[in-house]
Amino acid sequence: MTGKQKKQALVFWTFRMMALIVVGLLAWILVFIFIKGAGVISWEFLTTAPTEGMTEGGIFPAIVGTLCLVVGSMVIAFPIGVMSGIYINEYAANNLFVKFIRIMTNNLASIPSIVFGLFGMALFVNTLGFGDSIIAGSFTLGLLVLPIVIRTTEESLKAIPNSFRNGSRALGATKLQTINKVVLPMAVPNILTGLIISIGRVSGETAPILFTVAAYFLPKLPSSIFDQVMALPYHLYVLSTSGTDIEAARPMAYGTALVLIIIVLIINILASTIRNVFNKKVK
Amino acid sequence: MDIISAENIDFYYGDFHALKGISMGIEENSVTALIGPSGCGKSTFLRLMNRMNDLIDNTRMTGNLIIDGQNIYDKKVDVDSLRTKVGMVFQKPNPFPKSIFENVAYGLRVAGEKDRYVLEEVVENSLKSAALWDEVKDQLKKSAFELSGGQQQRLCIARALAIKPKIILMDEPASALDPLSTSKIEDLIFTLRNDYTIVIVTHNMQQASRISDKTAFFYLGELIEYGETRQMFLKPRLEATQNYITGRFG
Repeated sequence: MTGKQKKQALVFWTFRMMALIVVGLLAWILVFIFIKGAGVISWEFLTTAPTEGMTEGGIFPAIVGTLCLVVGSMVIAFPIGVMSGIYINEYAANNLFVKFIRIMTNNLASIPSIVFGLFGMALFVNTLGFGDSIIAGSFTLGLLVLPIVIRTTEESLKAIPNSFRNGSRALGATKLQTINKVVLPMAVPNILTGLIISIGRVSGETAPILFTVAAYFLPKLPSSIFDQVMALPYHLYVLSTSGTDIEAARPMAYGTALVLIIIVLIINILASTIRNVFNKKVK
Repeated sequence: MDIISAENIDFYYGDFHALKGISMGIEENSVTALIGPSGCGKSTFLRLMNRMNDLIDNTRMTGNLIIDGQNIYDKKVDVDSLRTKVGMVFQKPNPFPKSIFENVAYGLRVAGEKDRYVLEEVVENSLKSAALWDEVKDQLKKSAFELSGGQQQRLCIARALAIKPKIILMDEPASALDPLSTSKIEDLIFTLRNDYTIVIVTHNMQQASRISDKTAFFYLGELIEYGETRQMFLKPRLEATQNYITGRFG
């Protein structure tokens, strides 16, 4: 090997090792959680409420609660975020106002989630009087992921060449028709990616739900959006820090973590299947 | 009678003075070629005729552009319906990510046509006029992206024909295509001149001389010479035109 080739090989192997380290760590986490948590997973664990000071029973109310919060926050964040993204990229002129919106969106994305929790408590729980409830938690989580939805929408619209827009306008289509019939259908797969990322984020966040919705122990399922619910990430926190018998609850904690990961995985797979179907349609 | 009449048009991109005092008339059912080196303003002038320059920020125009008896820059003009009268074919084929059928039907659908029978008839006629029907008649449901570049461009012409424009603007329609596809497009333009007024921007001198009735030579934003194509190519009045046509600059 010449010196030049050696250098090439060295760089190649360094990059490859880095990539392997990432994959390795990820696999380690998954395997670790799986080994520790798989033992407690059973039909009963998935379908009953915790009992015996949360050292026995299951996590059903927390699963339901997390699903409620995912759906609730998406119902709030998705329309607002997608419409804002469309406005920014398709309608707004590239002026100071839009630059301001963009900077604010980026700032919003970098605010720590606990701050969102505090804000959510002040606005939705207290000022608007929702109390600790699914709706207050959904709004708070929705706000948290709004920047992600706005940005992915904006980026996916930006990726569509203007030649398609011009082609449509040149045939007498209005701006709205062009967006509806040409631009959006092409952007949907990438916009859905934003949805997937947001769902992953929402289902795992603990801080924003801490003061707005999450219940310490509530075996009863919610009957309206104004009820409190348990949620998987908070339940995991409770089991690991403040149960009556933390050691005895440890396997339940790993089981909860495993369920949380699996739920996020399932949602991801579902969403990317939908995305692929759309992708095929576009092509 | 001129179907298009430009009167003393000036056009600016921001501070850049892209067109300077352009006046010219274009006859109905003729082919007019706009030639000139890159940046001379010929494409800008073309895009004024269906107001596509409106979509570019920070532009300004003065002068009058009369199409079919109407000043198209009048405030009362509905730009979307103007564009159904003045169709356009772009430099690169830009079919939509839809089926061949839906591409051709697009202009009618956005205009509110829902009758399946009407749509089918117009799609068939347009594809026939664009000399594409025989190649695609059995695969109308296939994605337009599966067609070759030349076929895609003829599809874009069919798409423009479907809304029955009076005028078709073509912005270097064959510059991204191979010689065979190019000659098909040229044949097509030759037959379309019977029913449409065609204004075509081209960098290809032979193409301009083959297909156009009249030729306009633009340079640095000005209309240098405009006249019968044969006369322009055989005996141009100005030396600048002669030099450009023979390839001495540009």
